Amino acid sequence: MSVAFFIIALLTLLSAVAAMTLRNLIHCALALAFTFAGLAAAYLQLGAQFVGFVQLLVYVGAVAILIVFAVLLTRGREPATQGIFSPKWPVGAAVALGVFGTLAGLLLSSRVLHHEAAAIAQAPVRQIGEQLMTHYIVPLEVLGVLLTAALIGAVILAMHERESDSPPPSKT
Amino acid sequence: MTPFSQFAIFSAIKIICVFAVTMFIVAYAVWVERKVSAAIQDRHGPNRVGPFGLLQPAADAVKAFLKEDFTPAHVRKVYYWLAPAIVMIPSLLTIAIIPFGSQLGHQKMVIADLNVGVLYTFGIVSLGVYGIVLAGYAANSKYPFLGGIRSSAQLISYEIAMGMSVIPVFLLVGGLNLSQVISYQTGSIFHWLIFKCPLSFIIFLVAMFAETNRLPFDLPESEQELAGGYNVEYSSIKFALFFMGEYAAVTAASAMLVTLFLGGWTLPIAGLDRPAATLGVGILQILIFLAKMLVVEFMVIWIRWMWPRFRYDQLMDLGWRRFIPLALANIVVTALVLCLVVK
Amino acid sequence: MNVGLGHYLVVSALLFALGLFGVIARRNLLVIYMSLELMLNAANLALVAFSRFTNNLDGQILVFFVITVAAAEVSVGLALIVALYRKRRSAHVEDLTAMKL
Repeated sequence: MSVAFFIIALLTLLSAVAAMTLRNLIHCALALAFTFAGLAAAYLQLGAQFVGFVQLLVYVGAVAILIVFAVLLTRGREPATQGIFSPKWPVGAAVALGVFGTLAGLLLSSRVLHHEAAAIAQAPVRQIGEQLMTHYIVPLEVLGVLLTAALIGAVILAMHERESDSPPPSKT
Repeated sequence: MTPFSQFAIFSAIKIICVFAVTMFIVAYAVWVERKVSAAIQDRHGPNRVGPFGLLQPAADAVKAFLKEDFTPAHVRKVYYWLAPAIVMIPSLLTIAIIPFGSQLGHQKMVIADLNVGVLYTFGIVSLGVYGIVLAGYAANSKYPFLGGIRSSAQLISYEIAMGMSVIPVFLLVGGLNLSQVISYQTGSIFHWLIFKCPLSFIIFLVAMFAETNRLPFDLPESEQELAGGYNVEYSSIKFALFFMGEYAAVTAASAMLVTLFLGGWTLPIAGLDRPAATLGVGILQILIFLAKMLVVEFMVIWIRWMWPRFRYDQLMDLGWRRFIPLALANIVVTALVLCLVVK
Repeated sequence: MNVGLGHYLVVSALLFALGLFGVIARRNLLVIYMSLELMLNAANLALVAFSRFTNNLDGQILVFFVITVAAAEVSVGLALIVALYRKRRSAHVEDLTAMKL
């Protein structure tokens, strides 16, 4: 178990670093897809089958591929003359380091670490479904509304584009 | 022998057998495709190598391996090598959870009996896009690129319709496990889910054609406009891998269709819908499954030579404006009926 | 050596910090979007790990919600980024300071 964990963690972190630092956006997007897949593997290793496969389906199969799609549509290559980082990137690095330090410090001093892993439940999918339909019914409905709104929003964006495309551009 | 090593050995045997049978079916699907197309177009088809050209797949394989593996200078090498492999893998992985028989002795005839069954399938199927997108990007020229873009849009669109089409099935069955789906369909032929949710079956069937890039939805590789689409720059065994990937996907999709809607390994006569008590019945049930699957696959091949190709906007229109609303309505209606009948 | 909750949380914190770095330091809008997704994922990992080690399904349900919200976000977010790119021919944040198109 521990060897598998370290391999997964290492690959996930390395691909995340690659996604944040590479110049070619396609490489970034694919590295990010690999990170998502690594996280799905970590979820499976934690016994969360449902979440693991949802992660694979939604993040790797849809979100990452849509990002790749967007990169291809925007001809994703950073101009070679400019840096890929903004001029103030040391600030970003400092903030990120500070946040990590705070999180790690809090972790080391907290007592949550002493929890032992519980035995994996036999059919968590059924339990998750029941919880969603009883205890979490209001957030679930809100999510439904959110998804509908997002769907309508995306359609409106696409429709506007078609309208602005339709009149032929006047020749000057 | 410890239970674990026993499990490992039996799993290994099952994996090898399933892989061998799948590869055999893939090889001969190409032969059937050529024979069927020949019959439809009033030709002979392959008939030189062996009786009825039956050794043609072997000859094709030898040819594919011996041809020069040409890598064009302008391609992006790493992705160029990765793409054909990525095309192959998802279809092979989906077959792992399909119950292809009841049991032989005490071994269940399924490689992995997952509780989240169909979620696994859709998760893995959604990875298939990467192979084609990477192939399109790796080629670094315009037709493959267009093919790759088209395919990613098409696959994602129809994945949604496909995923929503099977939700009524699982509302009826009450679980995501595929063995459960099959045991739900026993008893009478009218318990088959094709009769219980016909709309789901139709949407799944159409989406299956789109997901496997088969005519009438083979836009990503339409020869006439894109000169072959994403696989233009490929030759020899890499090109053959794309073809095998397509047929492996068709095989996996047919197996899934049979399991979800056509009763899987069961037949509602002579007690063949109960888990096998003897070895003979167990083998017979595997053969029933294979027979059903091959009938579906034959139909897929037949349709290819009977239908013209859709236009790209028609394809998208069909997916987003017809099938997704239909699938949503199907879910609502099924849920309402279940709610009213069960209460 | 036994892998405990702490290991997962450290990985999660590292991923979160990496994502934060990407959001602040990168110039391309698409990469910033990717970094945001990475931060969401880092939080998800922590939630799943907590859920496993405290034997409580709430964490997994929360992750399910987060993933759904991310799906909604990607549909609108990417549509906006691509539309913006079409108008401006640039996806760099410093070129996108005006408040109208």
